[in-house]
Amino acid sequence: MASPYEAGRETSQPQVSGDGAVVTASQTTQSLTKHARPFEAFVRLLLTICGLISILTTIGIVLVLLSQALTFFNNNQPFTFNLDNVFNGTITLQQALEALLAEIGVVISNVWAFLTGTKWQPQTGEIGFLPLLNATLLTSFWAIVVALPLGLGAAIYLSEYAAAGTRDRLKPVLEILAGIPTVTYGFFALTFMTPILRGVFGTDNVQVYNMLSAGLVMGIMILPTIASMSEDALSAVPRSLREASYGLGATKFETIGKVILPAALSGLTAATLVGISRAIGETMIVALAAGANPLPALTLNPLQPGETITGHIARISGGDLPYGSINYNSLFALGLALFLFTLIINLISQRVSKRFREVYQ
Amino acid sequence: MTSVPSYTPSTSELLADEAAFKRSLRNRHLRGTLWKRFFQLSLVVAFAALIALFFNVVNAALGYVVEDYAVNPTLLAVDGQLETLSSAELVTYLVEYRENRLPVFIRDYLYPGDPALFTSTPLGQALPGATLPEGTADLTVRDVTTEQMAQILESNATQSTLVALVKEQVVQPVFLATYSMTESLFGYDAIYENWEANYKDLGAILKWYSWVNLDFLTSPASSNPAVAGINVALLGTIWVVFATICIAFPIGVGAAIYLQEYTDLKPGSFGARLSNIIETNIRNLAGVPSIIYGLLGLAVFVRLLVDITGGRTIWSASLTMALLILPVIIINAQEALRAVPSSLREASYGMGATKLQTIRKVVLPSALPGVLTGTILAMSRAVGETAPLIIIGASTFILTAPTGMQSKFTVLPITIYNWTSRPQQEFRDAAAAAIIVLLVILLLLNATAIILRQRARRRLTA
Repeated sequence: MASPYEAGRETSQPQVSGDGAVVTASQTTQSLTKHARPFEAFVRLLLTICGLISILTTIGIVLVLLSQALTFFNNNQPFTFNLDNVFNGTITLQQALEALLAEIGVVISNVWAFLTGTKWQPQTGEIGFLPLLNATLLTSFWAIVVALPLGLGAAIYLSEYAAAGTRDRLKPVLEILAGIPTVTYGFFALTFMTPILRGVFGTDNVQVYNMLSAGLVMGIMILPTIASMSEDALSAVPRSLREASYGLGATKFETIGKVILPAALSGLTAATLVGISRAIGETMIVALAAGANPLPALTLNPLQPGETITGHIARISGGDLPYGSINYNSLFALGLALFLFTLIINLISQRVSKRFREVYQ
Repeated sequence: MTSVPSYTPSTSELLADEAAFKRSLRNRHLRGTLWKRFFQLSLVVAFAALIALFFNVVNAALGYVVEDYAVNPTLLAVDGQLETLSSAELVTYLVEYRENRLPVFIRDYLYPGDPALFTSTPLGQALPGATLPEGTADLTVRDVTTEQMAQILESNATQSTLVALVKEQVVQPVFLATYSMTESLFGYDAIYENWEANYKDLGAILKWYSWVNLDFLTSPASSNPAVAGINVALLGTIWVVFATICIAFPIGVGAAIYLQEYTDLKPGSFGARLSNIIETNIRNLAGVPSIIYGLLGLAVFVRLLVDITGGRTIWSASLTMALLILPVIIINAQEALRAVPSSLREASYGMGATKLQTIRKVVLPSALPGVLTGTILAMSRAVGETAPLIIIGASTFILTAPTGMQSKFTVLPITIYNWTSRPQQEFRDAAAAAIIVLLVILLLLNATAIILRQRARRRLTA
């Protein structure tokens, strides 16, 4: 009867501390009704706050990015709209609203310039981020060109061909690749991949800093992500589908190509999308190997230097950037674009993979 | 007994389409084998990339160098072993060779504040906690004598700092040429001839050199790659990672317990919806690029909370990092909690334990190995993460080790980034050495994770 659960209201004994202190068993009348445990409730509150911190982080990210980006788009001026002036009688409500509308107009036209302009030079008022986006997409494209076939191939081999023992021996290779810090990949791109590319295509054609080198090494970096997510998707395909295919006389490869891959398609898509989003958000490889100037003109040629969104943010923020300067605020506009970009891709990937989970459960 | 006549159909008797079938079957199997080879090749490529990566680093971090000195270390110490000298002897050499630089040494190696204010601050304030010669506490560095400055250096700088200083400022080794490991192993004759023709008469020596060595680990950064080390960066990494874990571990495990254990909520209630939102949110946060966390840290911790964090300091860095690794810790801890069989919880409730008692005494102990493993994995992420710290403005070139949470700092990956982005090959070699140190740290962390997990598992099953 020494259970804290039964520490009743009517007892004269000291109550259980919630810490597991044993209550003496001398109570005669005991109530089994639920009663308040302040300490437990307090701990529960603390734990809830821990959970809420992740939401605060998200809110913080969105608020910080939005507010600084809006200042940037408002010609780097703080918004003047302030209802206090209206209440003071300094200006009429109509004047205040007109001023606000004018500012919104400025923001909209600047956002348009941001999305469509082909030159990035915030100090001179050229705020088109397409050159940065161009480099980001180009490096990510080459990363996917490397990572998709190799990652998928590795996943298929591990899940369909390799015996359990072989799999256990091969998987650490991918795990080590996944655990290597990205700055190391940047070093690798600059001091290994670039000289090789320059040897293959000629030093005249390939610059010291070029997007292809960064893209290919980024492909190696995201290969483990794609491989392990794809492997999960492949091994979630029920055995019965494979057996049915063999029963119809299909070879192993035909089973993989015509049955397993289509069945796992949504999982594979999700893996690819996560890979793309990681490539877009990757910083250190492109900062070291891709170049340190925004593209002068839009291009599809990966052999020339080009600065990606992330690379630009890293380079500009390197020095002691004065707070509130146009460069400082431009970082947040670029960050917002990057955040939305990766968020949308991640959301699509989650939606796609949820569908795939539902099919086979 | 009737014998069954054996019958073998001749080729002509086979159906025409059966022959075609056999041919096509052969082709189908051939195609399958070819694709299997391709799938195998993917893993081979991944493996080759890993080997190339390691080889490339080691290749740069070892090899012959042509070294020259301003003052030969054998003149200063027996066999040139500066480490054997006492602090007093080292300071004597500094006074002898670099007398007019003494104030700069005190500023760079002892003074933690803003360099511009150093000459106008009384020494007592500039060097709090330092042992100062009598009567100098109220004087600025301009007003003290050479002997007093020598005393300050001798009694406050560690011997290893003084060794590094004498090396950088008195001995001043320079590498006139460096060679990679492959060049050194396969082209030694050419290297030797080149040395004889160009460097021998200068008195420079040709020696086999490993960029990873004890001096490299104990010296601070320098603009001379021959004496540059990673001491300050290494200490910075340890400070930042330790502080990060201290912040993120309790919060992360707390959040995981909340999400995994407090599931007794009515479906559709506010609490249930909140858990749901938090869960989705964490999954999305895990996909946010790390550089975005850097922007958050820059705006909130460096700028908004400057009074608490002190700006671009270890505080800002570890708070930013903590937010970054929080999703990793939560997701791993949740998985570990989920793996605890619900029969254990039921048994605990059946014995009359409360929810909190069950969590503390039953669930957490059995989930501990998984939680710790996840935390160490998150730790290795924090060790290697560079981008957010660049954004919040870790200093690239500082000489004093951090002394507290409000110190300016640099970390290993930022040193690697900084050295790699310089054009000189010597700095790239030094970067390779720093990468080796970084990878060794990661290896140790992961090995610890594995050992911890096994030990905890054994204890649980015993």
